[in-house]
Amino acid sequence: MQPISSKKTPLTFDTIPAGQGLAAALAKSRADIIGEVSASNLKGRGGAGFPTGTKWNLAAAAQVRDGGAKYVVCNADEGEPGTFKDRVLLLDYADLVFEGMTIAARAIGATRGILYLRGEYVYMRPHLEGVLARRRADGQLGADILGTAGFTFDIEIRMGAGAYVCGEETALIESLEGHRGEPRNRPPFPVNTGFLGQPTVVNNVETLAAVSAILARGAAWFKAMGTERSAGFKLFSVSGDCAEPGVYEFPLGITIADLLDKVGGAGAKAVQIGGASGTCVPASAFGRRIAFEDVATGGSIIVFGQGRDMLHVAKNFMEFFVEESCGQCTPCRAGNAKLLEGIEMLERGACSSAYLQELLALCETMQLASKCGLGQSSPNAFVSILTHFQDEILGRTAAV
Amino acid sequence: MLVSQQQKLQDDIQALVGRHGRTRAALMPVLQELQERYGSVSDFAMQVVADELGIHPAEVYGVVSFYAFLHNEPRGRFQIRLCQTISCDLAGKARVARQLENELGIRFGETTPDGRFSLEWASCLGMCDQGPALLVNDRVYTRVSPEQVHRIIDDCRKVFGAHAAQAAHAAHA
Repeated sequence: MQPISSKKTPLTFDTIPAGQGLAAALAKSRADIIGEVSASNLKGRGGAGFPTGTKWNLAAAAQVRDGGAKYVVCNADEGEPGTFKDRVLLLDYADLVFEGMTIAARAIGATRGILYLRGEYVYMRPHLEGVLARRRADGQLGADILGTAGFTFDIEIRMGAGAYVCGEETALIESLEGHRGEPRNRPPFPVNTGFLGQPTVVNNVETLAAVSAILARGAAWFKAMGTERSAGFKLFSVSGDCAEPGVYEFPLGITIADLLDKVGGAGAKAVQIGGASGTCVPASAFGRRIAFEDVATGGSIIVFGQGRDMLHVAKNFMEFFVEESCGQCTPCRAGNAKLLEGIEMLERGACSSAYLQELLALCETMQLASKCGLGQSSPNAFVSILTHFQDEILGRTAAV
Repeated sequence: MLVSQQQKLQDDIQALVGRHGRTRAALMPVLQELQERYGSVSDFAMQVVADELGIHPAEVYGVVSFYAFLHNEPRGRFQIRLCQTISCDLAGKARVARQLENELGIRFGETTPDGRFSLEWASCLGMCDQGPALLVNDRVYTRVSPEQVHRIIDDCRKVFGAHAAQAAHAAHA
């Protein structure tokens, strides 16, 4: 009943000595640090895939207002269903994560860092505070870091409180500012107008750990892995119907079939890639690649075996979104509830094809008109499951 | 609430605001610590926090009611949160849920009449490779089977036994 280690493969992060990336960064100019990250083609590991170097460049160029400061925020609000790689990184590689934050701070000129840790991970806090205290004692945080005159940066931990939407960067910032986690309109983007109206970089846990690795080993090393448009290695959180669920590292561009072979999930009926907000891929499309240019993911891979009822899966996802919608905008608040109602009609075998078409049109409205990524992506699972498994979903009788 | 209790709560809130800063950005840490100490954030506490931070109490209520881990009403001494999301669902969370209800005699969303246990659903706990997973306060249990449920609850009950023994010991001393 006690948690066991989730690591299933050796990780590249095991080979990166703590401190090497930061030392290399401090030997470079700020522009060169960002240049190295840009050259590596690193894209955000939280799922959205925004180029990290571009984000840093924008924040570096932005002006601080009213004598404030720039901020580096580590998004550790890992809440996407089926994602748990950040748990492994925070427990086993916290130094690389904090080092990545420190490198980001150096690059953009930030003085304050915040780790926004999801409420469900509060048990990690003593460990993480311990790592921060050691880094302060070692001169890796605080004033004149590692003897670099004028480079002052420290990190505090702030807890989330059980709201999935706070993984969205502007909702996260609202939460840090003491508000309900309701996403903001973008633009302005956080790189310009972030925490307390100051330039703020929000990066995923894995992105920041990767930054440490890239500074330690070089952009060329990182870029040599993966595909042209999806550079580097990626952690995958694998769960569901497979023999060996856990955290795996693969280069981006791996096919779904290859991945299933390695996790003991061959013969699956379908795979959900990217969590509840991702897409459901049927067995006929297992040749597709997991990469930003094909099927993108923050790392969540959920395997569905042959016997699984896909409508039940769609219902579970939709219940999640009804629960987790912040309720601020109508397409998301009302749309998810209507889709769940539709799924319940399908369960009862009481949904006409015409009504189903209306639901799919509603999905399009939600994707176009919702304010943030939650509502824009919440219909994805419903649409992909409906598209690929319509024959097992329509005309149900009560016994099914 | 007794006047002395109100005074203590006020003092606590002032100390928290002193530590986290008299700014709106301090609201979440203040509320989180209050809840940890008192089990919930009462109407009175929200009013005092609002006064201290110079905001309307409705703003504080808006925040407390938004976050799943903050609440206005007291919950059980042990809060059991079972993950309801897909991977734990595939791993058999429904039977664990049923057995939790059977052992405690309450449904999800309820608290036992003695105030010891409350039962809630949680969204993904990030233990998807080891489901079904649940949290008892801050502690994680993984790969929970229906027949293990009574042991988890017994572990909690022992804490009350220990408290009772300590209280008895103190009374004799």
